[in-house]
Amino acid sequence: MKGTIMTAETEVSIPKGGMFLIEQALPEAIFTPEDFSDELKMIGQTTENFVENEIVPIIPRLEKLEAGLSEDLLRKLGEMGLLGIEIAEEYGGIDLPKTASMLVAEKLAPSGGFSTTFGAHQSIGSLPIVYFGNPEQKAKYLPKLATAEIIGAYALTEPNAGSDALSGTTKATLSADGKHYILEGTKMWITNAGFANLFTVFAKVDGAKEKFSAFLVERDWEGVSTGAEEHKMGIKSSSTRMVMFDKVKVPVENLLGEVGQGPKIAFNILNTGRFKLGAGALGGAKAALGIAAKYSLERKQFGQTISNFGMMQEKLAEIALRCFAVESVVYRTAGLIDDAIGEETDGFKRLKCIEEYAVECSVIKVLGSEILDFAVDEGVQIHGGYGFSAEYAIERAYRDSRIQRLYEGTNEINRMLIPGMLLKRAIKGDLPLLPAAQRISREVLDPSLDASADDGLLGEEMSVVNNLKKIVLMLSGAAAMKFGPKLDHEQEVLARIADIIMLTYASESAILRTRKIAANGGETALHANMVRVYVHDAAEKAATLAREAVCRFVEGDDLTVYLSTLRRLTKHAPVNTVALRRTIAKAVLEANGYPLHY
Amino acid sequence: MNILVGISQVPDTATKIAIGADGTSIDTKGVKFIVNPYDEFALEEGLRLREKHGGTVTAVSVGGESAKEVLRTALAMQVDKAILVKSEVNGDSFAVAKQLADVAKEIAADIVLFGRQSVDYDSFQVPPMVAELLDIPSITMISKLDIVGTSVTAERDIEGGKETISASLPCVVSAQKGLNEPRYPKLPDIMKAKSKPIEERPASTIAARTQVIGLDLPLAKGKGTILGDTDADITELLKLLHEEAKVI
Ligand SMILES: Cc1cc2nc3c(=O)[nH]c(=O)nc-3n(C[C@H](O)[C@H](O)[C@H](O)COP(=O)(O)OP(=O)(O)OC[C@H]3O[C@@H](n4cnc5c(N)ncnc54)[C@H](O)[C@@H]3O)c2cc1C
Repeated sequence: MKGTIMTAETEVSIPKGGMFLIEQALPEAIFTPEDFSDELKMIGQTTENFVENEIVPIIPRLEKLEAGLSEDLLRKLGEMGLLGIEIAEEYGGIDLPKTASMLVAEKLAPSGGFSTTFGAHQSIGSLPIVYFGNPEQKAKYLPKLATAEIIGAYALTEPNAGSDALSGTTKATLSADGKHYILEGTKMWITNAGFANLFTVFAKVDGAKEKFSAFLVERDWEGVSTGAEEHKMGIKSSSTRMVMFDKVKVPVENLLGEVGQGPKIAFNILNTGRFKLGAGALGGAKAALGIAAKYSLERKQFGQTISNFGMMQEKLAEIALRCFAVESVVYRTAGLIDDAIGEETDGFKRLKCIEEYAVECSVIKVLGSEILDFAVDEGVQIHGGYGFSAEYAIERAYRDSRIQRLYEGTNEINRMLIPGMLLKRAIKGDLPLLPAAQRISREVLDPSLDASADDGLLGEEMSVVNNLKKIVLMLSGAAAMKFGPKLDHEQEVLARIADIIMLTYASESAILRTRKIAANGGETALHANMVRVYVHDAAEKAATLAREAVCRFVEGDDLTVYLSTLRRLTKHAPVNTVALRRTIAKAVLEANGYPLHY
Repeated sequence: MNILVGISQVPDTATKIAIGADGTSIDTKGVKFIVNPYDEFALEEGLRLREKHGGTVTAVSVGGESAKEVLRTALAMQVDKAILVKSEVNGDSFAVAKQLADVAKEIAADIVLFGRQSVDYDSFQVPPMVAELLDIPSITMISKLDIVGTSVTAERDIEGGKETISASLPCVVSAQKGLNEPRYPKLPDIMKAKSKPIEERPASTIAARTQVIGLDLPLAKGKGTILGDTDADITELLKLLHEEAKVI
């Protein structure tokens, strides 16, 4: 089944967001890194070269926040066109598909904190105007943002309004002559605050909750000031400060969108940031794998390189195969978004297309930031004591990575969003989740109706995925019935459902990608091995998660039935994951890092 | 000025090289290819010469279908024209040089630029061979280039100093690291490069004059021994060199 997104001129037929839970996509219908065009590869390579030659060598200086250095780098990237990647041509950009901005985010990752600087400017600093600016605002600011003549920042968070971002107290009051809003308040943790020229600031008009709005505020205006640099655990090369607004006169022309549109702007921009954050985290994880693999090939203990030891190999293999799964998810989603956008040029309609995949974007954010933390943590472990020394690159990577689980919506907030958005879509009738849940409940009760077997390449794994989908539908349906409107208070259950959804999407994406490569005549031995281990572990994890969730709200005989159903659904043939990981590790060591490239 | 730049596609320097089943070539399976790093200096110098003296820059590569990728990079860097001399066989340096010399002759190149070496087979031979075949001067491994009218002045880094050489156009030069800072292609130019034509022509059949009979990976490094500086150690050292290393 295909959903449709209606646009003014065209009707594009594309899978709906969240549809992966209900239906299996065809391998040829999904986008994979193997489908990158030559231009896209060249953009990736150019970004990689720039990072390697121009950024990495000056990271120690960037970490000291040497004045002007980050701005210079941004300007160089602007000259190359990288800042205009999501800006329309008429405003000085080149407006490439989202896949390109995700690949750029991935390739920028080894630059450490600078990739946060870049993201705060190119993504959350510029996109509010790209999507919500009126023609005058676009003409005034976008060409300068595209060259980094001015640098952007995004000011939503406040000292007392973090995850609960809409609870901020920054206030905007229309002046008596109706020409200005008087802005008062304090924003916290604002990336690029040290040198940004333009802030997108969220404030409540007249302090009224329903009038939460966004304003474009220039640094030079009277009453704008910043605090001292925060002393951070990582991404030290990025500037993070408080920004204070003391009776700042903001011309009414600088209201972004309409009064009351603040929540829509804030959440849409964070959503467009999330898929790039996930892609960036993937890049960081691959970089950490490269660092760790090389180290393991050099370090000798007990008369041999530590790369010979099984437990070292297992770590390298595990990072690599999780990267493969996340990579498959990241670019599959990129493809969905780009297909949905198609030839659409209207900003609002484009945002709708991206919003359609908000669930997938949250999945990417959480999976990406968690594989990154896993990779840097094991990376340090592979380095032993040397990993604890600031002399080694892995030490910085370890500190830099931690922020990714915190900003652009903490991973807890994103975990709540995943089932929350799915249920909302189901109730609105945007996603046929309920009929699917009913079908599943029949199937689950009568195993003869079971249609999860799959005899394609990695068929065993695909049938596990089919069953994971059933578990998700079964659990969500049962929990919704049990708790009704109080389901919101069952975060632990919802988080477990979110985790199973993520494992499902990642497993399926990795299998479909491998099938697509095979169908195109490519070599897939390594890919298939990575999938086997990933899906095997996904099934084990899902079994535990589902059991814990069910035990929360089912009792007695019903519980017995549920548990035996879960056992049946998570049953899978034993896999020699030790041997498979050794094979994968061999490929990692031969490649000095992540064994696939594009 | 008619500027010709020869570029080649080589395995990424970070790739671990494996030897192919035939034992005489690199196994290209799963290998990531890049523009030969030294050729980037040549390309950049060619573009700078055009900026200074006007004219056209033609990029040429001898290779298979995949060599188009490096030519696309050259087009993205704004060369005027790209030529692929299509040859799926791995010719020796002479065969490649002959193809390139033919192109240089055909476009009446005033200057032909190369990287000092191609980092795959490292023969260092192509640039001087092309010069020989064209019967024009060649200056290898330059780190500075000045052209006034038809007179060429180039600097070469030599052990402990530098050498300044003059010649006159037409000539061949090969670039050393430090000649310039190659530019990064701009994204809009990368996007435009896909629709620019690459002129393809079959390679003429030229018999190779040499033949590779074997490729071997370097031997794994053996275990080192550190000795002290007493007389006994020196005796031990002589013994080891004679009996174990068998070098004296
Ligand atoms: C280096 C850095 C750069 C940043 N850059 C920017 C920027 O440029 N612009 C900007 O506007 N903001 C920025 N932020 C702010 C960032 O987005 C917030 O820190 C983040 O949203 C979390 O808010 P908080 O820190 O107040 O944590 P809190 O919201 O106080 O959260 C504390 C803990 O409670 C959990 N929690 C909160 N609510 C719930 C809930 N409903 N259910 C379950 N758990 C919950 C959280 O997940 C977290 O674990 C930045 C932060 C940092 C550290």
